Amino acid sequence: MTPDRTVWAWSMLLLMAGAAGVALGTAVGSQGWEVWWGAAQDPVMRQIVLDIRLPRSLGAWLGGALLGLAGAIAQGLFRNPLADPYLLGSASGASLGVSLYLSLFGGSLLATGWWVRLGMTGAAFVGAVLAVLLTLVLARGVQQTLRLLLAGVVVGVVLGALASLVVLFEPQVLQAMQGFMLGSTSFVGWTSCGLMALALGVCLAVAWALARVLDALTLGEATAQSLGMPLPQARLLLVAAFSLATAAAVAQMGLIAFVGLAAPHAVRSVLRCTHVGLLLLSGLMGGALLLLADVLARGLLAPQDLPVGVLTAVLGGVYLLWRMNTASEGRA
Amino acid sequence: MSALRTRGLKVALGGREVLHGIDLDVALGRWTCVVGPNGAGKSTLLKALAGLLPCHGDVHWLGQSLHTVSRRERAQQLSWLGQGEAASLDLRVLDVVMLGRLPHQGWLTAPSAQDHAMVEAALKATQAWGWRDRSLGELSGGERQRVLLARAMAGNATLMLMDEPLANLDPPHQVDWLEQVQCLKAQGTTVVSVLHEIGMALHADDVVVMQQGRVMHHGACADPATHTAIESVFEHRIRILALQGQWVVVPRST
Repeated sequence: MTPDRTVWAWSMLLLMAGAAGVALGTAVGSQGWEVWWGAAQDPVMRQIVLDIRLPRSLGAWLGGALLGLAGAIAQGLFRNPLADPYLLGSASGASLGVSLYLSLFGGSLLATGWWVRLGMTGAAFVGAVLAVLLTLVLARGVQQTLRLLLAGVVVGVVLGALASLVVLFEPQVLQAMQGFMLGSTSFVGWTSCGLMALALGVCLAVAWALARVLDALTLGEATAQSLGMPLPQARLLLVAAFSLATAAAVAQMGLIAFVGLAAPHAVRSVLRCTHVGLLLLSGLMGGALLLLADVLARGLLAPQDLPVGVLTAVLGGVYLLWRMNTASEGRA
Repeated sequence: MSALRTRGLKVALGGREVLHGIDLDVALGRWTCVVGPNGAGKSTLLKALAGLLPCHGDVHWLGQSLHTVSRRERAQQLSWLGQGEAASLDLRVLDVVMLGRLPHQGWLTAPSAQDHAMVEAALKATQAWGWRDRSLGELSGGERQRVLLARAMAGNATLMLMDEPLANLDPPHQVDWLEQVQCLKAQGTTVVSVLHEIGMALHADDVVVMQQGRVMHHGACADPATHTAIESVFEHRIRILALQGQWVVVPRST
């Protein structure tokens, strides 16, 4: 059950990369690169670093870790390397949940109150869970991969359209939803960080406890069952963990593309391990990737702040194309 | 005592009954082979015996009703090797075979010394020990099949059910598989396998001949009545002949 030394070594490396990324992230301000050595003497600078840049960078890492973990759970649970939070419709479900919440109760993505953030996370969670369940019902379970992916696409498109419809009828939430759809870490404060850290702890604990079920599932449904795995209960818990992880990230940062899909692939490209290692490393890899993308999004065109979701979509797409090509060459 | 006993076993798939009241007694410590044409219900029967499909009728394992055996106890007693069993190509061979020890491990505990010893023995028995640190993706189809067989053997179960275990194996490794089954039998393991290779199936102790969801015959492989039943379910398009003390199957020219 315990990960081997290579997994620990990579974990330490990715944690250090994350810590370096957070430090780097605190040095990017609205005017571009600004070092923070003088923050201790300058109260304004200290406040900017502690209340804006630090939670934003830490939040980017936490959100990326949640998406990376959700991707690893989804790919193991559905035995499909293409499964990610978006393909199974949970992100669209979360968007619909948030748009309904904003239109019914008001509020803004920049709100920092615990109750507002908690309400949005709850709405995103319920939306994500219902979307995944709808996908599973339409696909009649998780056995047929093609059916599952098609059902996920259908649910994603329909719920995305419904979220747009909500915005159409409630134009006051348009601006908030636009920021949400593009994905950005600029909404993230300490409250968001707290919620994401809590969700990450819970999801990682659940996923780790069920890592053996995910390993057994790689041998197929019947074999996993023959090995005594409690599949129905485990599936329920894993779908809940995967939906909570997606919802917690999406509710705080909007739709961030490709991190959930790319992080487990990036881990598999550097080492082979069972799910105990893969789940942990995918989380750490997702955190490092999103943090790096966030630093680039803030620093590349400063003072212009690019939505990080746009950057992850471009970088993630290029990365997956490169992986696809190298995998094809490896087989040829 | 029978290792496996069924009475009136019925299985329906997609609303259609595919096994129609099977009565079967599989002898303890013997190798029983299930043969029959495509769609005869062989794999369905094997899955029902393993408790992997909902079914009607009685299934008894080692004298106990299947429904009274706990999930964990079942997994410890029975080892299953499925037809075309898939495994993540990223997993190391050692990790795949260690999965066979899951029923013997605590939920959050590391594999014990015994787990490691059983895995090593299974990998050596299937001549796959040399690949233990390679990923499955680096192996050929036949090599992967040997690793999956090692996974099934690592569980050290009393009953072993195998659905087309010879798929992807070349003739020398099919012979190795025969030897491994003989070793399992010598250790007291009851083996039930579904085989399409009739010539290999006739090395078993007993043969169950199936057609259209029914058992047409159950007898010793040397019994001429068994050969007649096999030829009959294959519409007499094959013949079973004796050659140097073994049975061989040849196509019957029309």
